[in-house]
Amino acid sequence: MSDLDDHDHDHGGHEESASMASRVGALVAKLESKGVLSEAELDRAVEVFLEGTGQAGGPALVAHAWVDPAFRARLLANANAALDELGIDMTHWVNVKLRAVENTERVHNIIVCTLCSCYPVALLGPSPTWYKSLPYRSRVVREPRAVLAEFGLKLDPQIEVRVWDSTAELRYVVIPRRPEGTDGLAEADLAALVTRDALIGTAVCAAP
Amino acid sequence: MARFAPGDRVRTRAANPQGHTRLPRYLCNRTGTIEAVHGIYPLPDERALGMALESCTKEALYTVIFEGGEVWRERAIEPLSVSADLWESYLAAERA
Repeated sequence: MSDLDDHDHDHGGHEESASMASRVGALVAKLESKGVLSEAELDRAVEVFLEGTGQAGGPALVAHAWVDPAFRARLLANANAALDELGIDMTHWVNVKLRAVENTERVHNIIVCTLCSCYPVALLGPSPTWYKSLPYRSRVVREPRAVLAEFGLKLDPQIEVRVWDSTAELRYVVIPRRPEGTDGLAEADLAALVTRDALIGTAVCAAP
Repeated sequence: MARFAPGDRVRTRAANPQGHTRLPRYLCNRTGTIEAVHGIYPLPDERALGMALESCTKEALYTVIFEGGEVWRERAIEPLSVSADLWESYLAAERA
């Protein structure tokens, strides 16, 4: 696994950020005192990570898939190759395979990592705290409709919910449905409609 | 080589070993369908013990889809499916 892997093996949740901060502080102090890591090296690693993930290419990816059906087909077949086409940097995703799953009239997709907090960081940026929380991780596989309702999304009971539990070297991203009434919009304006939560599957995209 | 192909029915193992594994407990002893075959990956159960990548067992990795009713029994609110990415040694062939 790379240093910048988004698979952090936290099995306890992130309920207490103060306690987490002190634990991280203690760990860093230990690593420095043992000569494993210097403060400068750590700062540089964080900088590289944030630079690499700050672009959050997810919305651009979805907007391009909405306007170009051939690209959409390639994205669903081989998402890593499709990202290369758009020049979205995957270089710190060594050995990680991306899979795009598409919402349709009949199917709504949601992503989760029940074991820890795997997330397509390179595409969506750092994950929201709730994504790493125990309630989301445990409930979304069991009662996804109730969880979605709490996010303000009421799904038609006929629609199949597909939950993708990221338990291994794959990362998932949801391709939301293009909202009605957006035929005239330019690709950049379409990208602005694509939220982080829509890419996780806890929201849908709305017309402006 | 991968033992299973898309469409094959499989059953997950009934109990997890001590230590790290990537079969979530809620998916133990459940039947599902192979949806995709992803190639050969080192077994995380061994990686977590600190074994070097070269000496770890390498196994086929699959996406397996489970029906909501199979996972949650009568508590499932369908239509629902749950998928997970699972290593070959977590799975046994299930007779149709």
